[in-house]
Amino acid sequence: MARRETPEINAGSMADIAFLLLIFFLVTTTMNVDSGISKKLSEKPPADYVPPVIKERNIFEVNINRKNELLVEGERMDLKEIKDAAVKFIDNGGGEGKLVDGVSTGPCDYCKGEKSTASSDHPNKAIISVQSDRGTEYGTYIVVQNELLRAYTELRNRLCEERYNMSYTELENLYKDDINNLELKKKVEDIKTAYPQIISDAEPTSTN
Amino acid sequence: MSKFKKRKKGIPAVNTAALPDIVFMLLFFFMVTTTMRETSLQIDTPALPSATEVKKLEHKSLVSTIYIGKAKDPKYGIGYNKIQLNDKIASADQVPTFIINARTKVAENEIPFMTTSIKADKQSSVGTIIDIRLKLRDVNALKVSYSTNTGSDIK
Repeated sequence: MARRETPEINAGSMADIAFLLLIFFLVTTTMNVDSGISKKLSEKPPADYVPPVIKERNIFEVNINRKNELLVEGERMDLKEIKDAAVKFIDNGGGEGKLVDGVSTGPCDYCKGEKSTASSDHPNKAIISVQSDRGTEYGTYIVVQNELLRAYTELRNRLCEERYNMSYTELENLYKDDINNLELKKKVEDIKTAYPQIISDAEPTSTN
Repeated sequence: MSKFKKRKKGIPAVNTAALPDIVFMLLFFFMVTTTMRETSLQIDTPALPSATEVKKLEHKSLVSTIYIGKAKDPKYGIGYNKIQLNDKIASADQVPTFIINARTKVAENEIPFMTTSIKADKQSSVGTIIDIRLKLRDVNALKVSYSTNTGSDIK
């Protein structure tokens, strides 16, 4: 009697398994995208540059000392409180805005602040100045920067919600997906000019 | 009827036995080639700070990275303020050369879009960052990104 033929193993699904593995590797090996807080440095001033005189009330001073403690506008503050303090300062709207092409932008009509005469005039005049010690920990510095940025984001989101019924984050994402859309661009620019991010880094305190 | 039967028998099934081999070959190719090509770190992998307001860095080719952290080799001393440019531990004075070198690798019209990504350890000090920032300003490399993880550091 002839030997019974061994049944062939069905290798049809082998390809599927291999494909699955292939796709798994293709998907998982995307390099982790580098993300971070982006900043634009100011250009190097010419030697004879005289800094403009800025009213004290338009500057929000943040000091970080070498023990990573915060001094905001002359008062000690916790990291958690700085965002709300910054919001209050930016959104104060106690006076006239800056001149754009020789025309005053007028008082801030979208601000919901206290309109106090001791705080900033207008969001486009409000400057946040961060001064840190050379010995300050980088982590703390970044947290402060982040909190200040969060203050701006909060205000921008609020205004955008009022004007265009969506948060600024959503609007920005929409614009990113459709970079040639002029209407969206106008909206983004509108919000950006309403609350411009003016965070400057002052010279560090100690020089060791 | 018999005609049809005959013909049916005549069509051979396509042999797909070699298909897995081809796919496996592809698989191995991808597995081997996607090893991350990154400069070897001379410092301990920096523990990046966390932030929520982050922006993604696009155009990898336009990004030059500066690492700051603790040197692996004890001969450079301890402390979290060692700067690594390319494959070497360097000082802030060498930053302009590093940037100018990086510029030669990209097209002229793309230079303004070049970004410097600073990957610094949480524990390094702001003084080092400021030194680098001043050097960057000297060579007009104004776009900077402080590399962070996503999340919040505030407890």
